[in-house]
Amino acid sequence: MADYYSSFEPKGTRWLLQRLTAAFLVVVLAFHFMLLHFVNHAADITFMGTNLRMQQAGYFLTMVLFLITATFHGVNGVYNALVNQGISGTPKTVVKYGLALGGVVLIAQGIRVALAMAGIL
Amino acid sequence: MSQSYDRGLIEDFGRWREFSAGMWAWVLHKFSGWVLIGYLFTHIAVLSTATVDGATYTNTLQGLEELVVVRFLEVGLLAVAVFHILNGLRLLFVDLGIGLEKQDRSFYASLILTAAIVVASVPTFLEGVF
Repeated sequence: MADYYSSFEPKGTRWLLQRLTAAFLVVVLAFHFMLLHFVNHAADITFMGTNLRMQQAGYFLTMVLFLITATFHGVNGVYNALVNQGISGTPKTVVKYGLALGGVVLIAQGIRVALAMAGIL
Repeated sequence: MSQSYDRGLIEDFGRWREFSAGMWAWVLHKFSGWVLIGYLFTHIAVLSTATVDGATYTNTLQGLEELVVVRFLEVGLLAVAVFHILNGLRLLFVDLGIGLEKQDRSFYASLILTAAIVVASVPTFLEGVF
């Protein structure tokens, strides 16, 4: 069948997760920009306002999920881009574990920040 | 049924004059992705001032917002984020086999919509800085 093309076939867990996180991030990134630049002007952000938002369980969980999905999507995207550029062997292994470590550290620090914002830490 | 065609090596940026719309979309999606992941690390670093105390967090954020260059960088970030979102949506549809025959036009639509949203947002982003 020449008139229909699709690459929507199972291509591994990372491939699928990249698409699933993309669908989630499209909505949450747009929401994040709207809320913190248009509803609340970025120049007017205070710790008190952040604290009020982060004390709402739904908002807190959305932001933590936003952090985790964005980190995965970004780090996995960088890894894929470097693989496309042709890295292989030891550099590929170093990049793989370096990015994984960077991602874990970013998520850990982000959760620490979220807890401080909510007044829990 | 999947089909493939030889588009040549897109990673060879030296042949950019031969790039088609889809290849430009690929390049811009990668570029905007690199910017966004770089920004995410910077963003968490700045927000980490919340772990010091509330006043440090408020003063840091409001101090940064007083800088004209930061406001312009935020407009740039918006442009990059909006393009990545719109082109990402386009890619999700392409992956589902929807709109494949019109993917060139949907890329141009992504660019035009990004430009319109960014231009319309400039007054909000620059408000009070001059």
